[in-house]
Parts: sequence; structure tokens; C-alpha cells
Amino acid sequence: MNRTALLCGLGLAVTIAYPLLVPNYLVTIGMLVFFTAFIGQSWNIAGGFAGQTSFGHVVFFGTGAYTSTILQVTYGWNPWLAWPVAMAAGGAVGWMIAVLSFRAGLRGSYFALITLAFAEVFRILANSVPFTKGGLGMLIKADPRPINFQFKDPIWVYYLALLLCIVSLLIAWQLTRSRFGARLVAIRENEDAARALGIDVFAEKVKVLTLSGAMCAAGGTFYAQKYLYIDPGIAFGVDKSVEMLLVSMVGGAGTIFGPLIGSFTLMGINEVTRWLASVVPALKNVQPLSLVVYGVMLILIVARLPDGLMSLFRRPTIKANSRHA
Amino acid sequence: MLEVRDISKSFGGLKAVDRASLDVAPGEIVGLIGPNGAGKTTLFATIAGFHRPDAGTVSFESKPITGLPPHRICAAGMVRTFQITQPFAGISVRENIMVGAYLHTADRRLAAREAEAVASLVGMKDQLDQRGADLTVAGRKRLELARALATGPRLLLLDEVMAGLNPTEIVEIVGVIRNIRASGVTILLIEHVMQAVTSLAERVYVLNQGRMIAEGTPASIADNELVIEAYLGHGAARVLRA
Repeated sequence: MNRTALLCGLGLAVTIAYPLLVPNYLVTIGMLVFFTAFIGQSWNIAGGFAGQTSFGHVVFFGTGAYTSTILQVTYGWNPWLAWPVAMAAGGAVGWMIAVLSFRAGLRGSYFALITLAFAEVFRILANSVPFTKGGLGMLIKADPRPINFQFKDPIWVYYLALLLCIVSLLIAWQLTRSRFGARLVAIRENEDAARALGIDVFAEKVKVLTLSGAMCAAGGTFYAQKYLYIDPGIAFGVDKSVEMLLVSMVGGAGTIFGPLIGSFTLMGINEVTRWLASVVPALKNVQPLSLVVYGVMLILIVARLPDGLMSLFRRPTIKANSRHA
Repeated sequence: MLEVRDISKSFGGLKAVDRASLDVAPGEIVGLIGPNGAGKTTLFATIAGFHRPDAGTVSFESKPITGLPPHRICAAGMVRTFQITQPFAGISVRENIMVGAYLHTADRRLAAREAEAVASLVGMKDQLDQRGADLTVAGRKRLELARALATGPRLLLLDEVMAGLNPTEIVEIVGVIRNIRASGVTILLIEHVMQAVTSLAERVYVLNQGRMIAEGTPASIADNELVIEAYLGHGAARVLRA
């Protein structure tokens, strides 16, 4: 336990000092690591802890991004105030999808497919209804002042992403030591046994998807404020869903640090392959090379390390737990 | 304590349970036996809320519970185990049992303490840190029992907790079940191992092809012609007597 606390303190010190020591380009990459870890964690809470694998988590991300952007651009809201509303909207969409699909008894791959379908429906709707400005997308007026949730210096965006990531880690940590979390794991491991032991499986699954949706929507608003532009493809595109799922699976689904480790690894691969493609002429035509590496890596991880990279560190953690439980 | 009246349950054209009734009084150990495919597990699952009966009623402590979902029935104080054990494979025995203990407390430390107490009652104290997946058959049966007990039931429905155990393990688990009853829990058990039923149960119900064909003390059941024929075939009772 002390060792874990020490490592966390050390990690915190390094991540706080990091942007002060490196060029802006690397600050932004660091920001992306934490941001992706954050939305990955939102997936992990439902997909990893509770075992409700979603292929369409981007539906929450896009709901958050569009809610805050519409409130801001069309109705003149302050983005900080729009942020909690966006989260509530994401939570509401999570609640709705959960109620509809779990009432219908969808499990496993059927649930995964229905989430994918919801995301696609939202993408097409965003493309066609007037209040999202359709395929044109929505532009947020640049006015880089903190009160506008816009920052001149990327270092502040970095710190905000770091803060989000820390909050998501704390939520996941809380899950590993609370009744709610224990029930989610029970549901993941065996739904029938969970029901027999007094767990209202339906209610718990609805709860977790609502929480996960709200978290992911917070990420959507953050993204919109960083890039000041969203369109249906960005906000509801399937690649973001894959990204969230991938970082969790690579790092270790159902673990606290899985999404962060996955995000760090994938971002690292991204940068290394980009650099490789620029120096090795033979690789120039393999575009994007990072996808090839992701693919190979996913195959290797599913085959050799089904619990993700975290399982490499597992052993000492289990011992530590058993001593203190 | 438990009153089951004229429960029927069909799957497609198959009548798995046909107007079956039974009663359990507080403090009893009651056995439910019958040949393979008699509908014992279906009857259990229907009582515990996993199936909705086509007809009939179930009441527990004088309150109607027919058609309630399993988690509500468990919260009311009646819990079942599974014949095919369903451990939470990826987590430890302690965490498995804690899931049951969390029914009455949200406090993690309290749930952990409760889990340890239950584990020693069923003789799993040394396996608390093993993963559910790593247990032997006997271990899994005990875990089923422990998790169910941790929910603090007043009535325990045990579905073949002795199937697949060797004679030594059976003697051990019979002792465990006696201890559980002594701690104030009423027990209804499905069992194939006749020796265990006769040594444990005060009363036995016999189910055959979905129908309740006999009820009585283990000794009177063993003499019952209908029961002998159900197990050994038509005419068997006469042959045995001759």
C-alpha cells in the first residue's frame, strides 16, 4: 500500500513537472494521453468493470460535444456552465440506451452491436437536423480566455486533461472498493449468480451506463473546447469508439490503470511510427503505419495477455491486496 | 414458512412441473428427491423467481412472492444455490462471498468480516484468497453455499450440493449443513445422494414427471410403492417384495 502511494505521488510529481520541461508539441501529446485515458476510463467503467462491452461509446462523447457547443454557439451560454449540462445529457443518453437494450434482454455481442447502431443513428441525425448545422459542423468562436474554457497556453489544457484523468482514476479506484463496484464485477462474472444473490442486475447496469455516459460526455465538451470545431464525423465517428475500447483492452479492461497505460502505449506507438515513416523510405507508403502496429498488437494481446498490459504488474498487486483486505 | 401451491411450469409442449405443492416449516430440513428429469430444478428455479410459473402461487413467511424477480426474493430472505456451480471465476473467494454479504451492508470492512465468518462456517477459511476459477468441485460447492449464506437468508434452497463429491467430502458437507441449520436457517434441498437425504432431512417430497407423488419421513418414502416404481420402473415394487 505504501509503495503504491509512493508510486502515485511520484507519478503525480512527474506529470505536473513534465509540461514545464518539454516543448509545446510534447505538451500536447501528453494532453492527448490523459484525455484518451479519461474517455477510455469512461468505457472501462461499463465495459471493463461491469463487462458491458460497447462498440458505440462515441454516442456519449458526441452528445456531450454537441450539447455544450449548441448551448454556447446558439444560445450564448458560458461553456463552463454548459459542461455539466452536457454531462447530464450524456448520462441521459446512457440511461436511455441502457433501459432500452437491457429491458429487451440484450447481452454480450448483441449489446455491443446495438450501441454501435445508436452511435450511427446519432451521427446521421447530427448530419441532418438543423440545430447541429448538419454536415457543415459547428465552429466555436475563438476567444482564448479561461472564462471561455479556452486557453492560449497549451499547458493549461494539459493540466485540465490531467485533472480529468485523475478524477477518472479516483472513480475507478472507488469502484474497486465499493459495493457498487463489487456488484458490477459480479454481474460481469456471472449474471445469474448475481441475481440469485440479491443484485438488481438491470438497475445496476442502467446506473453504470448512465455514469459512463456522463463521464464520456465530459470528454466530448473538453474536446470541442480544445479544437473549437465539431462535425458529425468527429463527434460520432466510429474511430473514437474503437479508440476508447482499444486503450482499455490493451492496458487491461476492468483495472484502474488499464486505460492510462493503454493510452500511453498507443500514443507512443503513434509517435514512433510517424517518426519511422518519415525516416525509412520503404514505410512511406504504408499509411497510416500506426494502424498496422495497433492491429498486430491487439492480436498479440488478445492471444497472449487477455487481461492487457496491466496483467504484467498483477502479481504484486494481488499480494498487496490480500495482506490488507 | 414456505408454501408452494399447485405450481405448473411448461417449456413449449413439455410440462416440467405439474401442479406441485410443498410446505416447509421454520427450522426444518426438507428434502426434494426424484429421478433425473423429474422437474426438481425447474421447481426450485420457479420458487426462487428465475421462472415465472404458468399457474400456482408461492408464499414466503405468509407474503405472496409469486413472480417476483430473484433479487427481491433474495432480499426477502430466501436464496438458492445452483446445481451447476456458478462461481465468479475471476475474483477471489473472499470477494465472491462479499458479493452476498453486500446485500445487507454497503460497508466494505463489514462485508469482508462477514465473508470471513461465513467462510469458516463452511470450512473455506484457508481458501479465501484463491480465485473462484481455481477451486476444486468440492470447493465450488462450498462457495455456492457460502455466498448464499452471506446474504443472511432464513430459508436456503440447496440444489444438489453433494453431486460430484466423494464420500469423505459428502460427510464433511453434511456436517456443514447441520451447522447451518443449527445457526437458525431453514433448509430445502434437492438431492440425489439418498444416504445424505435420509441422514439430513426430517421430511421428504418426491417429484416424478413434474408431479408430487409422495411426501413423508425418509423411512416411509423408501417403502412407498409409487416411489420405488418411479426410480426403478413399473412393476419393480412387486418384484422387490417377492
